[in-house]
Amino acid sequence: MPEPLKIGNAQGFWGDSADAPSRLVAGQPDLDYLTLDYLAEVSLSILALQRDRDPSAGYARDFLDVVRSLVPFWKKGSKLRLVTNAGGLNPRGCAEACAAILKESGLRSLKMGMVTGDDVLPALRSGSPSDDLVCNLETREPLSKVANSLVTANAYLGADGVAEAIRAGADIILTGRVADPSMAVGPCIAHFGWSPTDYDRIAGATIAGHLIECGAQVCGGISSHWLELPDLANIGFPVVEVAGDGSCVVTKPQGTGGRVTLETVKEQLLYEIGDPGNYLSPDVTVSFLSLELEEMGKDRVWVRGAKGRAPVDSYKVSATYREGYTAQCLLTIFGRNAEEKAKRCGEIVFERVRQAGYELERTSIECLGTGAVVPGVLPHPLQPEPMEVVLRLSVADRRREALDRFAKEIFPLVTAGPQGITGYSAGRPNPRAVFGYWPCLIEKSLVRPQVEILEI
Amino acid sequence: MKTTSIRLGEIAHARSGDKGSGANVGVIAYTPAGYELLRNLLSADRVEEFFRPMGVGKVTRYEIPNLGALNFLLPHILAGGGSRSLRTDAQGKTLGQALLELPIEIPEDRLSACRRTRRE
Repeated sequence: MPEPLKIGNAQGFWGDSADAPSRLVAGQPDLDYLTLDYLAEVSLSILALQRDRDPSAGYARDFLDVVRSLVPFWKKGSKLRLVTNAGGLNPRGCAEACAAILKESGLRSLKMGMVTGDDVLPALRSGSPSDDLVCNLETREPLSKVANSLVTANAYLGADGVAEAIRAGADIILTGRVADPSMAVGPCIAHFGWSPTDYDRIAGATIAGHLIECGAQVCGGISSHWLELPDLANIGFPVVEVAGDGSCVVTKPQGTGGRVTLETVKEQLLYEIGDPGNYLSPDVTVSFLSLELEEMGKDRVWVRGAKGRAPVDSYKVSATYREGYTAQCLLTIFGRNAEEKAKRCGEIVFERVRQAGYELERTSIECLGTGAVVPGVLPHPLQPEPMEVVLRLSVADRRREALDRFAKEIFPLVTAGPQGITGYSAGRPNPRAVFGYWPCLIEKSLVRPQVEILEI
Repeated sequence: MKTTSIRLGEIAHARSGDKGSGANVGVIAYTPAGYELLRNLLSADRVEEFFRPMGVGKVTRYEIPNLGALNFLLPHILAGGGSRSLRTDAQGKTLGQALLELPIEIPEDRLSACRRTRRE
């Protein structure tokens, strides 16, 4: 039986802790692979805007700081490899930028692997995929509804490209869109030599990847018992020790905060899943219903028993389209009848915008502090009624000028509004572009994953 | 049989997040006894009724007995989904905490068998 493969995650989303990668590697020097996730559903649309302005952009530049922070470990002989979707829309641009940093640092032996082929925007525009597949997965609306405003369309590739890049000797594997768990599955396939039809083992690795893909969450972040966990300022990032049979131990480096317990692992297993008997990944369809969990000691949970079946014959696609603009603002209202005053302030702003000639397409008034984040669910009004409320106004419209007008109508309330209105130091809000999310499918036959290696 | 009214959070913990333009809430019983109670008490209809003011849509429930957990899919609860929703909680992060406030009636003599046994 080969040694377990140790795979960590030190970036659960774009904007996660900047020093998590170097801290994780310092705390776990024998780590084999580090995965880093930068791409939420609409992140690629932001990268598309950046690439429009600069053709060499279009990838997650923050990743370059991670590479810089790991240079000292490689210089000391670390064999650590990275797998990340930081490549975004431009894995080659990202690879070249990484190569420049490594070259400057004297690390000429490291190789970059680039996994591409996820961009299916040309295919969607050409109309070659079946209409049945590219219609909106949730609403069943036809693609023609948004075809003219599409910004990005990327298939969630599987682990095979990542595994191929590793077998070709890549140390830093840069992808565009791949399924999050596949970033951990790829190393397992390459390391253990699993066949593509070793479904139970690949299912186990998929579970391992799912458990770590949100970074600190499995170590107690956003858990129900967060408040009782130790040293949260130094919360650990997770490591899975994946065995050759696909089972894994979830753990974190010693000396870090948070905890890995049956509770944190169960919560993360259930995070953002649908049917637990049919968890769909491009590599395998997984059943969670046979999983067994066991605590093996402090901050060590053994997860085994995953069952897998052949994956579905289409890739999921995450497409985005332009949908006008949005703006938000916050104001604080303190005093008796704070909620009523806050609500009235919101109505006044919208009335003033209307008088200026703009009927905003979508508006929202939330009186935060009264249960407004789950509107209508908690008993209302709260008893006792809160003495302070944060008013949040959120609007969306296709006309940028309508939102500029909205932005100008908020702060007159500072002198014309109720006594006890405050908290306006953030200034006038800046309208920003909104990207709608269009989940759909595409035939696997229309997608050609490609792997290239860049040497320094 | 004497019953007692408690909040769901006394016998279960939860985790929620977005799933496209909808969300899911996983509810995890602290004990096997608690899971058996929840299987009967916490129907898809009950959860749908709780979240109805938010426009939740048709709720689907999945049982995960090996984890002592139920998973609920709330298809329309994000009012347009992560990128489009005007709500503060466009990602459904608060829904787990909200559902733990659900009042439930359980047999009084079962309560101690359903509560969390603290480890430390």
